[in-house]
Amino acid sequence: MHSHEAHTQNFYFIVQLILVFPFIISFISYFVGVVLSNQHKKQWPYFRTLFWILGHVCAMLSLIGPLAELAHINFSAHMVGHLLLGMLAPLLIALSAPITLFLRAIPVKMARFISCILRNSYFRFVSNPIIASILNVGGLWLLYTTPLFNMMHENSVLYILIHFHIFLAGYLFTISFIYIDPTPHQLSFVFRSIVLLVALTAHSILSKYIYAYPPSQVSAEQAEQGAMIMYYGGDLIEIALVFILFYQWFKRTRNTVFAKAIT
Amino acid sequence: MGISNMYEEKNHKHENRFQYGQRNMWTGILFGFGVVAFIDEAIFHQLLHWHHFYDKSTANIGLVSDGLFHAFSFFATIGSSFLLADLHRKHGFWLKRWLGGIFLGAGAFQLYDGIIQHKFMKLHQIRYNVDIVPYDIVWNVLAAILIIIGIVLLFKTNQ
Repeated sequence: MHSHEAHTQNFYFIVQLILVFPFIISFISYFVGVVLSNQHKKQWPYFRTLFWILGHVCAMLSLIGPLAELAHINFSAHMVGHLLLGMLAPLLIALSAPITLFLRAIPVKMARFISCILRNSYFRFVSNPIIASILNVGGLWLLYTTPLFNMMHENSVLYILIHFHIFLAGYLFTISFIYIDPTPHQLSFVFRSIVLLVALTAHSILSKYIYAYPPSQVSAEQAEQGAMIMYYGGDLIEIALVFILFYQWFKRTRNTVFAKAIT
Repeated sequence: MGISNMYEEKNHKHENRFQYGQRNMWTGILFGFGVVAFIDEAIFHQLLHWHHFYDKSTANIGLVSDGLFHAFSFFATIGSSFLLADLHRKHGFWLKRWLGGIFLGAGAFQLYDGIIQHKFMKLHQIRYNVDIVPYDIVWNVLAAILIIIGIVLLFKTNQ
């Protein structure tokens, strides 16, 4: 019996390692990129590096260690993990401008090639705010309103895939609304605002839906707590996202003010 | 001399206000929306605990409406703050018209919340285990007063 528990523990640990491994690689790569970029170009801003570090801390906290362990049995802990991995980490990582750094760190010829790839129709499609929202919030609806939530905790492969999906969809969602890195296919502020409003609405509704109809094997009390964490915690991060979107509008429209002043 | 200079300075800051009349109004309306939603959340949900996060009698449409207005409230607050900064940047701010918008937006949201969301969609009631009628009357009459003040201010500043 004891050895069986130890075996399960080991197994959980391996799953966590698989999830954390890409984050460790990307964490280190950024610093290599900063060193390479600083050799030829002006100093890479410190605050961007700070965002990168904070973003990775958030992601890793949710994937490995006490919070990740607790998330298996406690729905509130699961929800905190969801906010960290799917919302806060993607926002912080988007603010650290990794693609800009990458393009700066590599030789110009290669950078041209890479930016060509980033401009292709696949990236154009998935980085459309509507598609990104469906992948992100739609994925959450699927997770919490179908048996998928239970299956995730029984099947490790599913567990790994869903967690990668939550992070990647969260990142895609963030960069489809706020443009920190070079964005080839920019869409209007009004369009992005409306889609963001709908996506945030869907997130709020899902929170209350979970409160009213707990996912299977989650007790009513835990679902209520978790739902409120999702509702109010989500608000905080969404407010930051909306603030940045409008701030970018404010900065972008500055020229129109001066143009009017001259005429 | 000092006074007339100040007057000119002040006028200069708002020289374009007639040009941006509509925008002042909408900026106010959005801000009014956000303010009321914030007061509702802070006072009635968090401090007094009168409102409930979820009421078992809530219709599904109530969940949709709540989600939309919840997201829209902080969207409107942040958006209208930037619109306000933009009006100042363009020397187009008009205090009275902006205030008119705030009253109208606040009243409209309050009335929507009081009649459609509380009564028709049964999202939640103002307070539980009490006679609800006086609460509903105060709530909705207050909303009507806000709307009237808003309309009067907007009419006075209508150019």
